[in-house]
Amino acid sequence: MKTFILALIIIAGSMLIYGTQDMPNWGDPQSPASVHVSPYYIKRSIIDTETPNIVSSVLADYRGYDTMGETTVIFTAAIVCFLLLRRRDEDEGDR
Amino acid sequence: MLRSRYQDIIAQTIVRIMVPFVQIYALYVLAHGHYSPGGGFQGGVILAASLVLIFLVYGYENALERLKLATAGRLCSLGVLIYAGIGFLCLLLGGNFLDYSRLAPIFQVSLPRARSLGILGIETGVALAVMAAMYSIIMDIVNSDTGNGESHAAGHEIENGETSSDGK
Repeated sequence: MKTFILALIIIAGSMLIYGTQDMPNWGDPQSPASVHVSPYYIKRSIIDTETPNIVSSVLADYRGYDTMGETTVIFTAAIVCFLLLRRRDEDEGDR
Repeated sequence: MLRSRYQDIIAQTIVRIMVPFVQIYALYVLAHGHYSPGGGFQGGVILAASLVLIFLVYGYENALERLKLATAGRLCSLGVLIYAGIGFLCLLLGGNFLDYSRLAPIFQVSLPRARSLGILGIETGVALAVMAAMYSIIMDIVNSDTGNGESHAAGHEIENGETSSDGK
């Protein structure tokens, strides 16, 4: 079983390494990610949102729906910790 | 053990001096997110760190006096509500969900300025939610397992004291 798992890992790993051969070079200005939406954000961010920090404008404006999901994830984590961990026997009051 | 008060005058004095500055810095990181690295998540975590500092040095009960866990839960919900509420406000004003430019008539500013203010608004909601969530999670984890163990440990210490005095 262990050798089977090891073989599985080696096969999956070599497939992943083989897949990286087709990826664009790191920092390649002609890569699809650099020619599709990035120039739009870089050009339009200050005009559209008056926000010099492009990261902020992308995070909270252009991709605001995604950030709302992240906030909901953190909220859910707090709720789950509350439901699983908080003891309710001794502190019935508002604490 | 973590619930008991950590008796150290040096740590307590340093924390009493540090906490206001930490909180001011958190608000700076939050409000300055438009111009420098930072924003709601980072500012909220630094705010939570100041509360955790109070908890670590002044003790569990003392931290609860500053911010009750029920209040923290409400703040966390309020943060998400601010975010989603701004989104739905834009929807009601005739735009897309989270399209802050529709808020311009309310603030009487230009469209880009309204989007900038919208970003600040949702970052505030994120900061509230993250601060309350981090604080609530840490306090819940600390309080989850120490109830009986603490009293056992205290009893054990007393036993040791008695045996040592008997030994003399």
